[in-house]
Amino acid sequence: MTDAALADVPRPVSEVTSAGKVLYWAGIVLLCAWVLVPIYFLLSNALSSPAEVTSFPKHWVPSFDMGSLQFFLSFGGVLKALMNSVIVAVLTMILSIGFGAPAGYALSRFDFWGKDAFRLLVLMTRAFPLPLLALPIAVMFIRVGLDDTQLGLALVHTTLAIPFAVLITFSIFAGVPVELEEAAWTLGCNRWQAFRKVVLPLVLPGITASAIFAFTISWNEVFAAAVLTVQNRTLTAFLLQSLNVSPLHLRFAGGAALVIPALVFIFAVRKYMFAMWGIANR
Amino acid sequence: MAEIQIKGIAKSFGAFKALHSIDLTIADQEFMVLLGASGCGKTTLLRIIAGLETPTQGEVWIGGRRVDRLPPRERGIAMVFQNYAVFPHLTVLENIAFGLRMKKLPQPEIDRRVTRTAELMHIEQLLARYSGQLSGGQRQRVAVARALAMEPDVILMDEPLSNLDALLRLEMRAELKGVLAGSKTTTIYVTHDQVEAMSLADRISVMNAGRIVQAASPVEIYRNPAARFVGSFIGNPPMNFLPATRTPDGRWSVAGITLGGPAAASGKLEFAIRPEDLTVAAGGFDAVARVVEPLGAHTLVTTEIDGALFRAVLDSDVRINPGDRLSLVPKPDRIRWFDPETSLAA
Repeated sequence: MTDAALADVPRPVSEVTSAGKVLYWAGIVLLCAWVLVPIYFLLSNALSSPAEVTSFPKHWVPSFDMGSLQFFLSFGGVLKALMNSVIVAVLTMILSIGFGAPAGYALSRFDFWGKDAFRLLVLMTRAFPLPLLALPIAVMFIRVGLDDTQLGLALVHTTLAIPFAVLITFSIFAGVPVELEEAAWTLGCNRWQAFRKVVLPLVLPGITASAIFAFTISWNEVFAAAVLTVQNRTLTAFLLQSLNVSPLHLRFAGGAALVIPALVFIFAVRKYMFAMWGIANR
Repeated sequence: MAEIQIKGIAKSFGAFKALHSIDLTIADQEFMVLLGASGCGKTTLLRIIAGLETPTQGEVWIGGRRVDRLPPRERGIAMVFQNYAVFPHLTVLENIAFGLRMKKLPQPEIDRRVTRTAELMHIEQLLARYSGQLSGGQRQRVAVARALAMEPDVILMDEPLSNLDALLRLEMRAELKGVLAGSKTTTIYVTHDQVEAMSLADRISVMNAGRIVQAASPVEIYRNPAARFVGSFIGNPPMNFLPATRTPDGRWSVAGITLGGPAAASGKLEFAIRPEDLTVAAGGFDAVARVVEPLGAHTLVTTEIDGALFRAVLDSDVRINPGDRLSLVPKPDRIRWFDPETSLAA
């Protein structure tokens, strides 16, 4: 018997060659670094004094100097832009859940003509690149007087957030067995009471998650915000506008101010993000 | 007082006719079982009575009141679902009290009913728990207690035991029968399990393909099936069937023996006999034993007569080996005849 024949037996997965292992771990490290390194630089510079940001060599651990952040917050227009961002994001959250959740409920509970087409079309709204739509929307907004308003921008952000709101709430409602509602009907509830007393308590965490996701989409959106607002700039649009003229430490502090809330929110609702892709939300 | 009358109920889902004009009257306090294979329309009928499904045609009357246009909450019914439908965000106590709170009953009355039904279903010690902390059997008890606490005119049960394991099912079956008899409530119970149906029912409605084939007491259904389907569906092993042809003297020739039978318009009938109504004696069917299964109390012998399968449940003292030839004599008073064209009893 030859050596080759002897060697040709299945081996346990734990005995994968060291080359394979290295590749596996290198992949993991690369992916993590791709996400974590920018966040690290952002945080470490935002937490350094303005002088340290531009100096060399760098320290691995920031000095936790609040100078950059203080400068950023006292910079002209930042607080107003921050306020605008919050208002637009909250409006987006209310609008996209207000329209998206009923749509999600209808998709999960009723059979109607064109249901599948509707599910597809909801996603299709994301197929049009925003730059293509921005100009017509701006013209239309000027005509109806919605230009440079928080509501106008919130409407655009809502169209961006609504597909996710519909799909997430759809899977959340679908996770509540219809028998629970039917049991409530036989126990003396009308449709609305059954929804309020049985369905709503069960879906509330998921709806909250979906709302937070809508908030984050609006919070991070920069293109429409930059095109559609002039005086009432959101933080993203404001930073984009002042990027070229602002000192380095302002950019880092601004970037951190944008990224951190989004990061925290997404982390808080991560399990519901999977629900959107049809993975069980338990 | 809650007699249920179902008048000409039909239901279509698109082109599919789930129910073809069902007529059925269920007496006050009667335990009616709707029995049939899956897809026969039994659950649809139950859901129409509950008000969870709208009939395409027909009327439902409960206690002399027409209810088919009323929402479920106004029909005086309570329902137990196959998957229990215990509210996961409420404790057992709150589950049982849910319907009573909706009725806006005074708190002492709610407490009294919760305590009474919890005791009845032996779940007093579980009142503070959530459904996630209960076993399947316990959830089923909560669902029944919640329905009983409503003190409804009618309790509707949709395969309530089918998600339980075999031993628990047996135990719950006996308990349900006692509890429901004590509650003096009219009950409609849907199942595909014929043993469950036989053991629980005052009356069984056997359903097939959207029609009620026979509605009668369990013994009547077993002894005198109104149609070939009932004979082949009820009983384990099922009824045996053999073709019969008329002899010149007006009797019937079945697999080589001649028997007296009804006069039939057509020249053909189908002979039917239950496996336990056969004895080994001279002058019967000429059968060849194929499989012999001793079951202790009886021996189940699967034989072949004229190339057709024919089962006999014989006394376990009878010694038979596969390949033996035996003569099987049907008990004359247990022979049934079916018209092969209409498949109805002749």
